[in-house]
Amino acid sequence: MQQLILFNVFNGLIVGAFYALMALGLSLILNLSGVINFAHGGFLALGAYLAYSLMPFIGFWGALLLAPFLTAAIGLVIERALIRPLYGRDPLYSLLLTFGLAYILEDATRYIWGAQSLPYPIPGWLARPLSTQYFFLTGYRLFMVALVALAVGTLFVILRRTRLGMRIRAGTLDLETVSALGVNVRVLRNLNFGLGIYLAGLAGVLAAGMLGLQPTIGTSLIMPSFVAIIVGGLGSLPGTLLGGILIGIASGLTTVFFPSASEAVIYVMMGLVLLLRPRGLFGEEGRLK
Amino acid sequence: MSRARHDAATVLLWVALLTMPFWMKAVGGYTELASRVVVMGLAAMALNFLLGFTGTLSFGHAAYFGIGAYGVGLTLKYLAPSTGWGMLVGVMAGTLAAALIGALIVRLRGVYFAMVTIAFGQVFYFITFRWNTVTGGDDGLTGWRRQPLDFGWARLDIQNHDTAFYYFALACFALSVGAMALLLRSPFGRTLLAIRENERRARFLGIAIERHLWLSFVISCAFASLAGTLYALLNNFTDPRALRWDMSGNFVIMAVLGGMRSFWGPLIGAGIFVVLQDYVSSRTENWMSVVGLVFVLEVLFFPRGVLGLLRTRGAS
Repeated sequence: MQQLILFNVFNGLIVGAFYALMALGLSLILNLSGVINFAHGGFLALGAYLAYSLMPFIGFWGALLLAPFLTAAIGLVIERALIRPLYGRDPLYSLLLTFGLAYILEDATRYIWGAQSLPYPIPGWLARPLSTQYFFLTGYRLFMVALVALAVGTLFVILRRTRLGMRIRAGTLDLETVSALGVNVRVLRNLNFGLGIYLAGLAGVLAAGMLGLQPTIGTSLIMPSFVAIIVGGLGSLPGTLLGGILIGIASGLTTVFFPSASEAVIYVMMGLVLLLRPRGLFGEEGRLK
Repeated sequence: MSRARHDAATVLLWVALLTMPFWMKAVGGYTELASRVVVMGLAAMALNFLLGFTGTLSFGHAAYFGIGAYGVGLTLKYLAPSTGWGMLVGVMAGTLAAALIGALIVRLRGVYFAMVTIAFGQVFYFITFRWNTVTGGDDGLTGWRRQPLDFGWARLDIQNHDTAFYYFALACFALSVGAMALLLRSPFGRTLLAIRENERRARFLGIAIERHLWLSFVISCAFASLAGTLYALLNNFTDPRALRWDMSGNFVIMAVLGGMRSFWGPLIGAGIFVVLQDYVSSRTENWMSVVGLVFVLEVLFFPRGVLGLLRTRGAS
């Protein structure tokens, strides 16, 4: 029993790390540009499949390094061409556009790489369990958690220490003033979008190693990411991170006791948060509008 | 558009609706497709009560649509072989769910409101998906059929006659849009417009914003769940896809495609969308790309929809 609980909590932690990685990207874009990027799951799948195609040429590590950057580059182009004209208009339009984009991305992945699931090979020494008693502790899983932690840490350093990061944070608070101070807001939004998509691509490559490849790999992750943002608090990136991990673990724990509710439980959590603390755990007051 | 032209257009629309089963075949469609246009039109117009006339974006209406669908299906399968009771249960269940969830979310605005409605919609998706023994899970709810309507003084066999079912659906549609039109003309409806135009000013005038938003949400969802019951009856079947988030997105695009600032716009949008989807999915496996492209082109080039476009032409 104890092992079962440990197993599921650890599983939940991993899933939560994915939610957090997805949700952080979504949150970055939402906070600065007011766009809910429905296509985020599509970008995740794109990252995974790009890595799959690159691997024969540059190996596991090369693909892990390069595929997220390629995904981000595609994101930059799409933002420039399709999403930029919609800033300042009713958020309805960007939502519909990214929604259509999600359809197109999923269909394109299916068209290019096929509808069947594909295996994603990982290095043998990473795939082995680390101990016989805790069989679920494979090297790859630990590696994933470590890498997500590293990525999130780097993201927060970028946001705190670099000029770009400070501008993103300032723009989140007051974009008009940032623009008046001479920052090119268009470029800022573009780079910020790319940063968000990079995180989606990275999550995609990591997820592929654990789950294999499927065109719908991102679709099942996007809704929990919304929940993570709402639970963690609108406008707060640390909140989003915590929200993701929290709902991941809650979902894992529910699997032990009541498996069929493991998906629904996170929405119940969201309902409770909205009832008791509408701005979320770390949300700022007045950010609801 | 002048008053007279507007009236003429409305009459024309009703004539087209009343004769649809006859000309639908002539243009290559079939009776069920006509019914689907009317049912989806009702769902899109119900959504537009909230979106176009209250100015609040819900991206989760498929949940209530689907609750209606499952409500009628489950009632017919397990409780009573009566179409009327089934529809009543479906609409009551959808409205109740909307009332509960609406109370949680009326404090949110804009994109956040949209995001929370999407997320909550998923709860019902997972319930129908996971509760195999009752709902049939991913395979959908089968083993039931719509029953003939018995009014006591008359009997309408909607079970075996597709055309009879079309007119039944059209009657439900007419009653619903009539009710919505009346509501929008009432002081309550005018208040919703005031909230859409300027929420802060409306609040200063002493209007209870949250209560109005909640009511508008519940009314909108009630009609959406009615559309859901009709959808399940039309297919004699329902599955979790009826309440997944992509269905919600389809409702929104129908409303925007037709023109969300006009009363009839969503019906036009639903007509275009349903016929297009039917045509494309019979021709190519890549219908998702085509539908996605419709979304993208619509947003970039025709944000005001078909009727919005006609109106600008008429005004200039």
